[in-house]
Amino acid sequence: MIEVTGLVKRFGDRTAIDKLNLSIPKGELFGLLGPNGAGKTTTIRVLTMLARPTEGQIAIGDWQLPRDEQQIKAIIGVVPQHINLDIELTAWENLELHGLLHKIPTAERHKRIEELLEFVELKDRNKDMVQTFSGGMKRRLMIARALLHRPRVLFLDEPTVGLDPQVRRRLWELVRQLAGEGLTVLLTTHYIEEAENLCQRVAIMHKGRLIALDTPAKLCQNLGEYVVEWHDGDRLNSRFFADRAQAAEFLSVLTAAAAIRRSNLEDVFVEFTGRKVVE
Amino acid sequence: MLNHIWTVFWRDWVVLQRRLGRYILARMVSPILYLVAFGWGLGRSITVNQGSYLDFIVPGIIALNSMNISFNAVGTPVNMSRLYHKTLEEYLLAPISPTSYVLGKVLAGVVRGMISSVVIIVLAYAFGAHFMLNGWFIVALFLNCTVFAALGLVAAMIMNSHEEMSNFNTYVLMPMSFLCATFFSPTQLPSLLHWAIELLPLTHASHALRLSSSTGNMPGASLGVLLLYVALLLWIGIRKTQQVRD
Repeated sequence: MIEVTGLVKRFGDRTAIDKLNLSIPKGELFGLLGPNGAGKTTTIRVLTMLARPTEGQIAIGDWQLPRDEQQIKAIIGVVPQHINLDIELTAWENLELHGLLHKIPTAERHKRIEELLEFVELKDRNKDMVQTFSGGMKRRLMIARALLHRPRVLFLDEPTVGLDPQVRRRLWELVRQLAGEGLTVLLTTHYIEEAENLCQRVAIMHKGRLIALDTPAKLCQNLGEYVVEWHDGDRLNSRFFADRAQAAEFLSVLTAAAAIRRSNLEDVFVEFTGRKVVE
Repeated sequence: MLNHIWTVFWRDWVVLQRRLGRYILARMVSPILYLVAFGWGLGRSITVNQGSYLDFIVPGIIALNSMNISFNAVGTPVNMSRLYHKTLEEYLLAPISPTSYVLGKVLAGVVRGMISSVVIIVLAYAFGAHFMLNGWFIVALFLNCTVFAALGLVAAMIMNSHEEMSNFNTYVLMPMSFLCATFFSPTQLPSLLHWAIELLPLTHASHALRLSSSTGNMPGASLGVLLLYVALLLWIGIRKTQQVRD
């Protein structure tokens, strides 16, 4: 559904995306993970035509960029990182504007708006100005807006930044439900548990390059399914093992206080990018 | 394409409609000040071409006011939507052409400019000014609004901060407000300055509005110049909208 080959994006001397290759099949929930400034948002902006690529090929569905821009715009839905709702319009008017821009016939458009407002639980607030909405409500409305024209590919750029855990979980449910219905989803996040919970495959970006790509379980497996952690003065050391027996054996010879646990995506992330993810 | 132009316009119309009363009230303030200061105050002791100064400046006030309103109705919101609210992305992500976006926004600016001009015309009659409303006058007014709504869009796409936008106002619109045959005839100025002023669109808007409202004649040359400005600025606006992405 999404094919990216040799994508490069430079801003002057700075390379934001460095020879990126991606192939995402239809219906996959794919996560792009990376620290701040890794190039995740730039990748989404280039794929959604808000930024021009310096080099490389992009195909979405049966269409090729930059030749088929208008056709691609009709089949993608985008939820950007920042809130870009029209604050001078009500929730309903925001959706109506989107539907009109996508030329959805009136009866179908209004039915779809009703459906989606219900889906994101904003039906009773549809006549209220967006300005009066909380962060979570705005994000839910942005998701409704992105889905209004029944896109085949959904781009979510840091969809849960700044949201309460409850709202975040509710959004995860929504996204899972959508992917279950055959929508291809590309989401960027720097919340590790978000990628672990949601994504079938995860790519880790660092300084514009793709440095790892696999299922979260496979990535953990490759690193070692078990990890032993121990303190050496102020420093926390860790070592990965393929199975629990090996880990336990190593643990038994350690003199410092140590713990054994299963490895997770955060371990993979830290190993690859060399630092903890911070917001 | 007409559908999309209408959609872009519809959004601005929804917003305007919600505060139409307040909008009209606010549009009365500066024309009343101009009419009082230059019409009643200063104008009592001045005659221009054997006519009253009030009759002379009304077309000028309409020209400069429709310029300011049309420019700011497009310039400020589009600049904000590009730089701060990022709502421009909604249009860039939609399958519509940059031309539809530009024409829809310019049309919305023209409507605001025309509404504020109606307010001034009513006020001018109330202040006792004499002038004729006719087809050429409306054409000239429409073209003036279009020129400056399109200029507002161009500025919004080029200027990279709110401050730059207000500087554009100070360096471009403000001098035109005073010099372009609005309050006095530029023939009285040194020839080089006069020649430069004759190149500016607002001068031709003032000429066209004054000629059509005093004689009913077609201000052909001035309408031609305004049309040229419309074509040029719309073309630049569409180009800049195409180039607005990183």
